[in-house]
Amino acid sequence: MTAEYGVELRNRTARITIKGKLDTTSAPGLSEELKKLQGQEIDRVVFFVNELEYISSAGLRVIIFAKQKVGVKADIYFIGAQQAVLDILKMTGLTNFLICQDSYEE
Amino acid sequence: MMTRVDSYPTHIYKEFKLRPGRPLPFGATIVPGGVNFSIYSSHAIDCELVLFRKHEPKAFARIPFMRDFKIGNVYTMVVFDLDYENLEYGYTMDGPFDPGRGHRFDGTRILMDPYAKATGGRDEWGKEPDWNNVYQHRARIAFDDFDWEGDHPLEIPFEDLIVYELHVRSFTCHESSQVKHKGTFAGIVEKIHYLKELGVNCIELMPIHAFDEFENSRLSPATGKRLMNYWGYSNLGFFAPKAGYAATGKFGMEIDELKNLVRELHRNGIEVLLDVVFNHTAEGNEQGPYISYRGIDNQTYYMLTPEGYYFNFSGCGNTLNCNNPIVRNMILDCLRYWASEYHIDGFRFDLASILGRDQNGAPMNNPPLLESLAFDPVLGKCKLIAEAWDAGGLYQVGSFPNWGRWAEWNGRFRDDVRRFVKGDAGLAKAIIQRVEGSPDLYHSQGRSTSSSINFITCHDGFTLMDLVSYNDKHNEANGEDNRDGSNDNCSWNCGCEGATDDPGIAFLRRKQMKNAVTILMVSQGIPMLLSGDELGNTQFGNNNAYCQDNEISWLDWTLLEANQELYNYFKNMIAFRHAHPVLRGKEHFRNVDYVASGYPDISWHGTRAWQADVSEHSRCVAYLLCGKHAKSGTCEDSTIYVAMNMHWEMHGFELPAPPPGENWHVFANTDLAPPCDIWGVGHEQPLVNEQQVLAGPRSVLVLVAK
Repeated sequence: MTAEYGVELRNRTARITIKGKLDTTSAPGLSEELKKLQGQEIDRVVFFVNELEYISSAGLRVIIFAKQKVGVKADIYFIGAQQAVLDILKMTGLTNFLICQDSYEE
Repeated sequence: MMTRVDSYPTHIYKEFKLRPGRPLPFGATIVPGGVNFSIYSSHAIDCELVLFRKHEPKAFARIPFMRDFKIGNVYTMVVFDLDYENLEYGYTMDGPFDPGRGHRFDGTRILMDPYAKATGGRDEWGKEPDWNNVYQHRARIAFDDFDWEGDHPLEIPFEDLIVYELHVRSFTCHESSQVKHKGTFAGIVEKIHYLKELGVNCIELMPIHAFDEFENSRLSPATGKRLMNYWGYSNLGFFAPKAGYAATGKFGMEIDELKNLVRELHRNGIEVLLDVVFNHTAEGNEQGPYISYRGIDNQTYYMLTPEGYYFNFSGCGNTLNCNNPIVRNMILDCLRYWASEYHIDGFRFDLASILGRDQNGAPMNNPPLLESLAFDPVLGKCKLIAEAWDAGGLYQVGSFPNWGRWAEWNGRFRDDVRRFVKGDAGLAKAIIQRVEGSPDLYHSQGRSTSSSINFITCHDGFTLMDLVSYNDKHNEANGEDNRDGSNDNCSWNCGCEGATDDPGIAFLRRKQMKNAVTILMVSQGIPMLLSGDELGNTQFGNNNAYCQDNEISWLDWTLLEANQELYNYFKNMIAFRHAHPVLRGKEHFRNVDYVASGYPDISWHGTRAWQADVSEHSRCVAYLLCGKHAKSGTCEDSTIYVAMNMHWEMHGFELPAPPPGENWHVFANTDLAPPCDIWGVGHEQPLVNEQQVLAGPRSVLVLVAK
């Protein structure tokens, strides 16, 4: 199963829900969705990923894109990530800028 | 933004959309809508791109390069709409099979791209390969972007480096390392705090380019254990990192993991040098496998005899044809790639003398490759270090072509200091040279002290603990009847071969290790430590553990507690070097007082002050470094006195007077047990008798005037 995703902007918070596998098949589509958020006032980018099973190199780049182009001044949250996904984020250095939490409160 | 008119397909082949590609850069490059494939061969008559889905044994497509997809000797095309994250690719090359003329084309072989930035086939270390797979080592397409977060190479002055040589697996593979991802790049990240505490500011990674750990794999007849190509001095490709060294290698993220390691090391003030092996490839001799170069353009990539056989200056079956312009450019492209894409701070070239041989194997006066590397703009701040010899008998320590840019592993330092420490006679003159940064080798050519990489141990040979524990090598576990490895170790077991409970021998061994690291740290030049020596790591007498993926090679971290005394000594000696610029001069000593301090920059002494005894029987030498001459008189430091007594009897050393108003203080005395062996920077202890100091048998004293 490739990824299903949803993107919503509400109260200066970008909420991105990802399920399944974020790889070359799904990453470009999500990237396009995120591009639509460029230039908007955003304080937080929150990824809800408790149903994200796998993230590939292409998927990592979507997260980096979100940091560099969408939420330049925003905090980036990664909520509910499975351990295998967290391990990959850590080993590739993304946890340097991600705020990884089990749950998220507005 | 305008869309480029050349971003659309122009050709169709079966279900694939294609267009003529761009010849440069070589390799597979992601372009809008597709992937640009480009490969060189001057003698092939036909070329085909072969595509696999990741891990699948059979190709799903073979796409011939059409006539208009060839420019000069380069085959190039863009293939559109590829799922490049799940793709592996190779080439077939048709051409003459005529070994006498150097050609070994075989159109049935699937060949890896020499410019592959990532490779599959050995993604997980030690996982048994499918030997029936027709394409064992598979080129993959790499993302070359990375979020460096402002990182850049550190450019630490060469003379301020303290290098720590380590093997990615050996460093954290042992259970006692307590890291989550053992034996990987990520594992090293978890140990950065340790490296920082130890005080080293540079790590040199043994080969991390793609290699096959199963090359020449076999069972040891001595132990029954599986032997592997563990060290990896046998490249498959020069552009790709070893995926099996990454915990994320099985997900194809080894590039990101390695870049993260480099970025985190830089954040902590630690540079990264790579040990690069351009002298040969994993394809071996005439009986070796087809992996890449042999089937792409054998005559270009390898040095061949007039009869078409492989020259073997590497001792590994073949010799890369480094001064062929095509190969030269490949090496240059490769190093530029690592410097720019991975932020690598420098390179150590394995058997570098081969890089100075011409296409017939003869040593050249001004080898174009070495000159190109010396003056390359992208590599302009990279450290370049030569292992200045090869297996063909060329030994160039002190004479490696350098253009003021190349440093050398100083094998003379290793041998002279080893022999001096074990008490051999006739070393006093040589030790003066080694401590001064080997001016006998480098000064006359106008080369700086940082031309000399000083080391006593490295991956080749005994660990420091084994150097003081074994007279002879014990390589039986390698399965070669103890014939492999050097017989000339300049080692001494201190009275018992191997492990012992004898407290006297154990004390002497600790002292000898302290003597060695002290001399290393108070010598001009760049000190290099072997990973684990600070813990008293042993390889059980094996001085050539190239094939041992087990406890022989793995660093046992429980030694940190067991040998706390030794670790503490190393740590403080490293801190001492960092604290004293007078130990890290860039220029050679002039042996005169050129700042009117009342002392020459360096003065040599013996058991009598101002009278160095360099006679054949002398084992006692001492020297004084004038602090006012630090960094050629550009900064002020403490004055330091070092007495080295490598005789088995105690000797009194008459002391030169310290600078006016100052007194001698003891920083280190290897003859004493902790805490009196080393006091720590700023905690040096006043000397009771300022006229003379007693140096115990086989010991080194370091004094500081303050």
